[in-house]
Amino acid sequence: MSRIAARFAALKGAGRAGLVTFVTAGDPDAATAQAILDGLPAAGADLIELGMPFSDPMADGPAIQLASQRALAAGATLASTLDMVRRFRSKDAATPIILMGYYNPIYSHGVAAFCGEAAAAGVDGLIIVDLPPEEAEELAAPARAQGIDFIFLTAPTTDEARLPVVLRQASGFVYYVSITGVTGTASASQDAIASAVSRLRRHTSLPVAVGFGLKTARQVAEVAGVADAAVVGSAIVQRLAAGLDANGKAGPGLVDDVLGLVAELAAGLCSKPQGSLPQ
Amino acid sequence: MQSKNTLRAGPDDSGHFGIFGGRYVAETLMPLILAVEKAYGEAKADPAFTAQLRQYLKTYVGRPSPLYFASRLTEAFGGAKIYLKREDLNHTGAHKVNNCVGQALLAKRMGKTRIIAETGAGQHGVATATVCALFGLDCVIYMGATDIERQAPNVYRMKLLGAEVKPVTAGAATLKDAMNDAMRDWVSHVDDTYYMIGTVAGPHPYPMMVRDFQTVIGEEAKAQILEAEGRLPDSLVACIGGGSNAMGLFHPFLDDSEVRIIGVEAAGHGLSSGQHAASLQGGRPGVLHGNRTYLLQTADGQITEAHSISAGLDYPGVGPEHAWLYDIGRVEYVSATDDQALEAFLLTTRLEGIIPALESSHAIAYAKTVAKGLGPEHVMVVSLSGRGDKDVATVAKALGAAGQTLAGDLS
Repeated sequence: MSRIAARFAALKGAGRAGLVTFVTAGDPDAATAQAILDGLPAAGADLIELGMPFSDPMADGPAIQLASQRALAAGATLASTLDMVRRFRSKDAATPIILMGYYNPIYSHGVAAFCGEAAAAGVDGLIIVDLPPEEAEELAAPARAQGIDFIFLTAPTTDEARLPVVLRQASGFVYYVSITGVTGTASASQDAIASAVSRLRRHTSLPVAVGFGLKTARQVAEVAGVADAAVVGSAIVQRLAAGLDANGKAGPGLVDDVLGLVAELAAGLCSKPQGSLPQ
Repeated sequence: MQSKNTLRAGPDDSGHFGIFGGRYVAETLMPLILAVEKAYGEAKADPAFTAQLRQYLKTYVGRPSPLYFASRLTEAFGGAKIYLKREDLNHTGAHKVNNCVGQALLAKRMGKTRIIAETGAGQHGVATATVCALFGLDCVIYMGATDIERQAPNVYRMKLLGAEVKPVTAGAATLKDAMNDAMRDWVSHVDDTYYMIGTVAGPHPYPMMVRDFQTVIGEEAKAQILEAEGRLPDSLVACIGGGSNAMGLFHPFLDDSEVRIIGVEAAGHGLSSGQHAASLQGGRPGVLHGNRTYLLQTADGQITEAHSISAGLDYPGVGPEHAWLYDIGRVEYVSATDDQALEAFLLTTRLEGIIPALESSHAIAYAKTVAKGLGPEHVMVVSLSGRGDKDVATVAKALGAAGQTLAGDLS
């Protein structure tokens, strides 16, 4: 069983939804980003989305755009992102890592080489924002061949007729983008999310994660009532940005602040004590 | 029924020209793009839509635009006969309006009430703001802060026309960044908004649709040169940023194998300087802004900033059909530097009494480079894609920086 499937099975067994946290690889620098990544599972992250920095993150709001810029300015590359995963994986064999980003850096690197290197580093899934099902197969097929799940986004604009097209190639879980907008901006109503998730469940037996616009422990807890996982990204990245000094360097306490926020978000989810899942 | 093989049949059903093109957008936008494709397909097949478009092009834009024999440039270049396709004489001063009228009619047909667009030089922004005024549509233009500064007259024109101009400060604050923000706007306003892309790039169906609306340039030029010379031209020359004026001129001639077709990219400070906007000659295939095409990028696949004195060419990508024509070799792609474009700008102004856009000046600069060697029997059609009134401040600044003064009484 893949790490993603195993984690969702364990969450089901524990009777609760999961917390998916997003951070950008290499933000604000390699060492700080590694310390945050390594600390996420103990803070309460059940799955981790690791952003691959890109110069033109068209689906992202200002918080994640700036995170990408900081990471690139600090020298992040696709290779350094995979290095982060490799180091994380040497300490944590259970927490799934999903790389999230845009296609061009992967295409530039070479799809086959990337899939092999990502699998070897311990990557479990890919979310590539600008690869809709119509264009995804050239990456999704070699990724699946390496045991990497290709996770598709569905949106409020994905209608009944289109949903089967998107879900046909999906594996791992389904990511529901709960707003029509970029990351970290508006939030959807609880009712809208609940009805969207139940619509998805009529079409798929894969776990459903809900993201875009979730900022608070309360929102996470609400989403946990209807979905299998709640994704928080911009709020975490903003907490990180708040801990930067005037020169953009990580200030003291930044890592603890970020992990503290993750613990707050996770607290809303726990029907059982934290740490009940295998790490 | 096709009687012979054609280079004009692309894209395929999924929007690809060979490996280029496609629909690389977030899922939220995918249904919107499919809706545009469907609506455009229906409009194209509707004689009423075509008739309405023709009527606006004739009575509002002022088409056909003349094909002008530039005798003094011809004499100065000392060789090929230079004809200028005068897109600068269109209403709003460039070819951009051909596409905007078509897309505005489509947006109306789709029941959209709010139009967004990106702009570099401001020509597409002005054309968009113009058709929005004409058709009573709300208009929001995304423009890089750097471009707002160097194209101030066009910014004011857009505002006069009732558009909201949103400055974009991300990255180098030019066209690429404006396009990112326009796409972010679209994903946030999915119900009422239509994205009016200004060039033959972006996700399918835009490269095809914008090309279709611009092919009026080449269709007219073909009829006009046949009337003037009794034969097809020996060559066509047009500048390439995204490449819409070039594609509009080239497309009707793609199957005329005796016609040499030449696209001129912006070489900025020179191709070897690293500061240029020549995506085909200085880039490699990648995926950005909804399509696969040639892009300026780092070894790690990060998109780099382009440089050109001309804001309209200052973009690190190129339309996917150009990428395909480059790969198969049907179109030759060359380049002209900032300095060569400036020289052509001044020559055309002083010899013909026509102030060309800095974008179009790149095409004229290339014509100057090769005209002599081609000889007087050679007939060349150069796309004068826009007028240069918007560029006078940029030119004054560039000449000042070079320590040059204008001959005559302007110094």
